[in-house]
Amino acid sequence: MDKATFYLLVPLLPLMGALLVGLSGRLLSFVAAHTIAIAGVAGSFLLSAKVLVDLWNGQPTFNGNLYSWITIDGIDLNVGFLVDKLTAMMMVVVTFVSLMVHVYTIGYMKGDPGYKRFFSYISLFTFSMLMLVMSNNFLQLFFGWEAVGVVSYLLIGFWFKRPTAIFANLKAFLINRVGDFGFLLGIGLVLMHFGSLDYATIFGQVHTSEMQQFWMSKTINLLGSTPVGLITAICLLLFVGAMGKSAQVPLHVWLPDSMEGPTPISALIHAATMVTAGIFMVARMSPLFELSPVALSTILIIGATTALFMGFLGIIQNDIKRVVAYSTLSQLGYMTVALGVSAYQIGVFHLMTHAFFKALLFLAAGSVIMGMHHDQDIRNMGGLRKYMPVTWITSLIGSLALIGTPLFSGFYSKDAIIEAVAASKIVGSSYAYFAVIAGVFITAFYSFRMYFLVFHGENRWRSHGQDHGLADSEEHHGLSPGDDPHESSWVVLLPLIALAIPSLSIGFIAAPSIMDGRMFGSAIYSDMHDTMRVVSEEFHGSLAMAVHAFSSAPFWLALSGVVAAWVLYVWKPSFGVNISSFFRSLGIVRLLENRYYMDHLYIHVMTPIATSIGRVFWKVGDVLLIDGLVVNGAAKLVDKMSKITSLFHRGYIYASAFSMILGAVVLLLFWSAGTKQILAAIGLSH
Amino acid sequence: MLEHLLSFIIWTPIFFGVLVLAVGRDQRPATAKVISVFGAGLGFLLSLPLYFRFQDLHGGPQFVELLSWIPAFNINYHLGVDGLSMFFVVLNSFITFLVVIAGWEVITSRVSHYHAAFLVMSGLINGAFASQDAMLFYAFFEAMLIPMYLIIGVWGGPRRVYASLKFFLYTLMGSLLLLVSFIWLYKQTGSFDIATFQRFGVRDGLVAGMSLKSQTLLLVAFFFAFAVKVPMFPVHTWLPDAHVEAPTGGSMVLAAITLKLGAYGFLRFALPIVPDAVREYGSIIVVLSLIAIVYVGLIALVQTDMKKLVAYSSISHMGFVTLGTFMYVDGVPTVYGLEGALMQMISHGFVSAAMFFCIGVLYDRMHSRKIADYGGVANRMPIFAAFFLLFSMANCGLPATSGFVGEFLVIMGALKVQFWIAFAAGITLIVGAAYTLWMYKRVVFGAVGSEGVESLVDVNFREFIVLAILAVSVLGMGLLPGLFSAKLHSSVDTLIYQASQYKVGREGGEK
Repeated sequence: MDKATFYLLVPLLPLMGALLVGLSGRLLSFVAAHTIAIAGVAGSFLLSAKVLVDLWNGQPTFNGNLYSWITIDGIDLNVGFLVDKLTAMMMVVVTFVSLMVHVYTIGYMKGDPGYKRFFSYISLFTFSMLMLVMSNNFLQLFFGWEAVGVVSYLLIGFWFKRPTAIFANLKAFLINRVGDFGFLLGIGLVLMHFGSLDYATIFGQVHTSEMQQFWMSKTINLLGSTPVGLITAICLLLFVGAMGKSAQVPLHVWLPDSMEGPTPISALIHAATMVTAGIFMVARMSPLFELSPVALSTILIIGATTALFMGFLGIIQNDIKRVVAYSTLSQLGYMTVALGVSAYQIGVFHLMTHAFFKALLFLAAGSVIMGMHHDQDIRNMGGLRKYMPVTWITSLIGSLALIGTPLFSGFYSKDAIIEAVAASKIVGSSYAYFAVIAGVFITAFYSFRMYFLVFHGENRWRSHGQDHGLADSEEHHGLSPGDDPHESSWVVLLPLIALAIPSLSIGFIAAPSIMDGRMFGSAIYSDMHDTMRVVSEEFHGSLAMAVHAFSSAPFWLALSGVVAAWVLYVWKPSFGVNISSFFRSLGIVRLLENRYYMDHLYIHVMTPIATSIGRVFWKVGDVLLIDGLVVNGAAKLVDKMSKITSLFHRGYIYASAFSMILGAVVLLLFWSAGTKQILAAIGLSH
Repeated sequence: MLEHLLSFIIWTPIFFGVLVLAVGRDQRPATAKVISVFGAGLGFLLSLPLYFRFQDLHGGPQFVELLSWIPAFNINYHLGVDGLSMFFVVLNSFITFLVVIAGWEVITSRVSHYHAAFLVMSGLINGAFASQDAMLFYAFFEAMLIPMYLIIGVWGGPRRVYASLKFFLYTLMGSLLLLVSFIWLYKQTGSFDIATFQRFGVRDGLVAGMSLKSQTLLLVAFFFAFAVKVPMFPVHTWLPDAHVEAPTGGSMVLAAITLKLGAYGFLRFALPIVPDAVREYGSIIVVLSLIAIVYVGLIALVQTDMKKLVAYSSISHMGFVTLGTFMYVDGVPTVYGLEGALMQMISHGFVSAAMFFCIGVLYDRMHSRKIADYGGVANRMPIFAAFFLLFSMANCGLPATSGFVGEFLVIMGALKVQFWIAFAAGITLIVGAAYTLWMYKRVVFGAVGSEGVESLVDVNFREFIVLAILAVSVLGMGLLPGLFSAKLHSSVDTLIYQASQYKVGREGGEK
């Protein structure tokens, strides 16, 4: 088997699973369906792991085309694979989380009428995501990019009877389309100026410092006579795409609503994989982004804003999934910040650790939701640690990783981001430093607010009212009176445990190779700025980094966040009420509850503007001006020919018109034979 | 037989159309249907060698037939297809076959006449695309209007008379000007041969060519004839009315094929015959195309009638075709633009036919086209919902469906011309998704919205076959567009060569 075929198997196995399960109709039983889907993804995971190990053992990077999609103007646009260390890491993360989610789904979706459809979708998603990360060119990247968007659309709207779900999926798709619009234009500028969409060909043109100077000095005219740097324009447009997919402010509004989808996909798509595609893309394009300080500063500022302000929103959420969703937004902001300071490796490092601990947190939230019989309001929970011990411990591990507890995975990636920002001289880094430092406290506070409310304190489900929040299934229900929460089945707990292990350990293991650059090798280029160099010089091993943390600000900020949450939600809840009403009196809670009015802007301002413009164009442009004045003016003439229409009413014109056609046909034949005679007869011949 | 292949492709469906008329009786519709399916199927099979025997590297007409027809005026029965036209003959025969199947149980009145009209129209459309002689083209181009007029006027909805008349007058207005310009060119060249028209006036040494004024007048005539067919803003308002009133089959052919004839006219006549006028005024058409894409897209957003919505979306999609055709860089059309336009035309043939068929499937069951009457169709018709989703996604230009290919290529070409043209055209990514998926949401998703929806039954075998064939086409073209574009390259190169020539004489000034 040659290399390309071997790599092709990785995405094809989940695709075959998706097609078999999706198209089989009633032929397959539920058990057969999930067995096939899981087998496909498991095979894909094993192959991905082999790819990663091989690359680590010195196998060279693979770059090859499968087939030519189209040839145009002498340029071949191909479908093909680039498998280097960055790709391999993404393949392993995607297939591992996907495998865990597949297994978990057996428990979570049990009894749902759309059981097989769900498996088909998540396998299809895995295929699309793999095509995205394995691509060796922009075009296929865009294919995967759109394909994961469609599957996300299908899965957010999985329970398509719910009005909120089908509102959320349309919103997600359209906001993402805004990003894709920029992305496609960016791709177009690349094609036009580099004459190719193939990564290797393009990066080969920015290989040496002379080439870099050449491209950095190249400008295009976009805004009147002011020339804009070409690379800056390209990078900003590409980043608009990343903002859509990776939910950066102001294109973030779709992600919280995507929680309408079943919890397994929130873990897989809206935390671990798809939403990190934007981060992956920028890291992949690092040879271009390195050339534009303007683009990097923009990325930095947008990322920092997302990291801090989305964190605030996490504090006031009461729906367990929404807390985790806002936390995801905030962490995506952290990753974006890392990209903005030219520490792409660290951004991708956080992407990886986050994939594990955030998938874990979502799946644990799903387990809680099942335990609570689909009540998602954390105010109705409390004290669940006694009833759901495995979920409790794994959630704790996930939360500790998220807030950056030394030795946990999230600590290494997040602290590295903070150090990178501190080391960076890129415009905007002081603002970003403030944001990511403040974000540490916020993250710890909202994470442990949720943790304490769910697992500690009194049992509140016995006394809660009728409000169950957003129910995560077709039916709305919670625990019936007298019922207690129950621990989930092993198919649910197994993935939790399997994800808890890397959430604990992967940072410690991977940090050294990230810092010294071995992890991604030449796949990521960051030599134009010395951020990575400074950070790696300051790194003296994983253990030393953890020890050092106790004397640094982030650790104490995180700790105070946890303590504050404990005081306000466990020890003295009355404090919490007072503080909350204080902030409410300042209007801050209202601002947060309305999500900074961003959704309002989209739904109540921009959408009505678009539809009213459409209505004006229709009623005034088409109906009044074109039809009313011009066409109907002509039609008045036609009125005089109303005899024609009256023929229609009698219904005979069709017959006479047919004889017209027949006559014409006969005439054609006749003419070709004896034209001259006829023409002579009517006096037309020469 | 191969040397008369095009004649067979043109006259076989017409022969079967006449046969259906002759033997079909309303008392025995089965006979008519069987003959029609056989005729349409045979027509489609006959058209396939055009693709498989096509010489990719040959830029001129192939499968040529030349017979004298009206020697007095040097009018010839001159047939041939090149990369610009070949696909549309095949596509037309393909869509006709699907339409005959689509109308199988749905049409109950005047069955034989209905099928005969489609078969005859199919032959005439093939003739128009295959003509290498301007008068022959004109004869087919005009004759084709009659069956379409009848299809709308007889089997259409309640306002069918208004719609069919509007359709007829609009298109007739343009075609009279076309006839005048052909006769003018005949007087200049002594021939109706299209290739002669194209060569006429090419600046060569001291020979004076064609003045910019004559070229401009010809371009105006071409514009009115073809812009109405496309249709372009602002002569597009007949299309939504015609679609709303037309039966499903009529809409499928109208959207999939008839509109393409207008765009084909621009490629075949305007660009090569009046290159200087196009260079001079093409930017106006570019602006009109952008208006079509954005303005009409926004109108589509607020439609309450599914068919009207898809009709407006067709106009918006055809905007990409005219945009790609008339985008010039340094006086030369772009490869991306022209191939993008052609790919968009082919893709739109599949996607619009599929969209109108889907609406037809719903209409046959509920007898309503109003979006508000639906909701929750997926609960009752899951298979249909899956197909409809695929076609809706193709309608928003999703990669890996055919809808992406043309839009992508045209946007890439536009970037070579002007960033902001690409920007304006790219808005369709957002607006196109908005109107298509918003409609999909209101029709297909949600809880069962009415008693009518409650009683829906999923697609039957016949509908499934039509949907599946179209789905394979849409995905196939999206994944392997190279199979199509390879046949275009040589003819597009020829066209670019012709369009880059100068015809203004010395006295016309060096432009």
